[in-house]
Amino acid sequence: MSLLYQIFIDPFVQMGTAPDLLVQTLWEGLVAGVLYALIALGFVLIFKASGVFNFAQGIMVVFSALTLVGLYAHGVPAFLALALTIAVMFALAFAIERLVLRPLVNQADIILFMATFGLTYILIGSGELIFGGDPKVMITDQLLLPSGSYSIKMLGGFVQMQKIDVAAAVIASLMVATLAVFFQKTRIGRALRAVADSHRAALSVGISLEYIWVIVWFAAGIVALATGIMWGARSNVSFALEIIALKALPVLILGGLTSIPGAIVGGVIIGVGEKLGEFYWGPLFGSGIESWLAYVIALIFLLFRPQGLFGERIIERI
Amino acid sequence: MRAPSGSEIAVGNVLLSVENVSLSFGGVKAVSNVSFDIRKGEIRAIIGPNGAGKTSMLNIINGFYQPQEGQITFKGETRAKMRPYDAANGGIARTFQNVALFRGMTALDNIMAGRTLKMRRNFFWQLLRHGPALAEEIEHRHRVEEIIDFLKIQEIRRTPVGRLPYGLQKRVELGRALAMEPDLLLLDEPMAGMNLEEKEDMSRYILDVNDHYGTTIALIEHDMGVVMDLSDRVVVLDHGIKIADGKPDEVKRDQGVIDAYLGVAH
Repeated sequence: MSLLYQIFIDPFVQMGTAPDLLVQTLWEGLVAGVLYALIALGFVLIFKASGVFNFAQGIMVVFSALTLVGLYAHGVPAFLALALTIAVMFALAFAIERLVLRPLVNQADIILFMATFGLTYILIGSGELIFGGDPKVMITDQLLLPSGSYSIKMLGGFVQMQKIDVAAAVIASLMVATLAVFFQKTRIGRALRAVADSHRAALSVGISLEYIWVIVWFAAGIVALATGIMWGARSNVSFALEIIALKALPVLILGGLTSIPGAIVGGVIIGVGEKLGEFYWGPLFGSGIESWLAYVIALIFLLFRPQGLFGERIIERI
Repeated sequence: MRAPSGSEIAVGNVLLSVENVSLSFGGVKAVSNVSFDIRKGEIRAIIGPNGAGKTSMLNIINGFYQPQEGQITFKGETRAKMRPYDAANGGIARTFQNVALFRGMTALDNIMAGRTLKMRRNFFWQLLRHGPALAEEIEHRHRVEEIIDFLKIQEIRRTPVGRLPYGLQKRVELGRALAMEPDLLLLDEPMAGMNLEEKEDMSRYILDVNDHYGTTIALIEHDMGVVMDLSDRVVVLDHGIKIADGKPDEVKRDQGVIDAYLGVAH
């Protein structure tokens, strides 16, 4: 009886008696969710345009952040380093198209998926070789990202908001909005979706696969860089960051692999769910709930909507 | 019945010709030493038993396959092989034997995809949906709506094509090819798997496209009645070799063709 009370009644009583803490928890969940969404976005981009689940997205986040920090450490001014990193991500997209995707045109999706595994290890190896394996500090101030925090008085208490988190939320929202319009409304966006559906049909209307793939991997690289900067600002830039990419999986299951808005909504649900669970129900389970709750939420969704909240219905003719 | 359009299809007015083209996959010769031409404005049928190399031939014309020998002349330009982009850009559109549509996209978006090469504004403008880019999008949309009207698929515009019945999918695929405003339209078994009524509809669309837009059409078809009715000239392939080429009634009487279809007593 007391267990039921602890699960179903007590957390809500706490929420009611300390609303400022609830708002604080929701805000933290929202920020974490937006950052998860950014990683998920990288996966969605490449999946939408090539039907390939890109296992290397996580390491692309690390690699881009390392490049940025590494260039700065070698005396390159911050914004020049940013521009150079964008150039590096373009070169990477170009190389991936030339060396990995082009020779594998018309192969089964699983072959391309395995190729992204290979890519992951190449990026880990070359990243460590060039920049070393030790954690580095993100150059937040030099990029004019805000630091410090707002303290807002509300509901009989204070809610703390890190300025960098606010910036992350704004940047992520802008990126998602831009990409959503880009995919839905532009010629290249339509071409990207076309390539995902059928290579040969896309070729027959004159869409160049090479060009499309470079664009989409470059876009995923830019998203990776943004993710790297934001996550790097919260913790450090190290290879451990690659693990957070796994957090994108439940987000993708929730939002659907093919939906850009889905990535955001999924990210927020997972982020907020995680923080609420940790804060209010965590003590019941001896905490640590944060590390697995996301997967449980995703599993429940999977039972009822296998294509995700916003994913394209999977239609199979028999 | 189709009246032979005779006069406007001048003998000298060749749109595309393939000369001595051979293609093999490993030890299998899919096409060997085949030559024929397609004249401007005609409907040219490519027929033959299963495995005769008909689809391979279309794939060569459209640049999906690159022949090991021979050359292709399109609009007066001779080359050893086509590339899909050059073919599309030069005005060759096609449909596929087993429909290849963008299944997750609506019928409208599928047909709009056919306009890809016609759109010129860069994507920053498209992203802003402003000024010239918006005007361009509206203009293309207008052309696409014409095609939708022509093919009588107004009511399925917004339906993801994966959900459509087969006959309608074929029609959307034709629409996508037409949206490219091609000079040469390649149709790979446009009527396969259709019932009589659908076949009649499709035949009418093919003739209308040829008449109204003056589009040259090369089609592969198995239904002999349809082939004889539609086409101006027929080329017959068997085991990758050209065995006959001429007017439908000439081809129909050709002993080699009859043998290929019915088999010969040894």
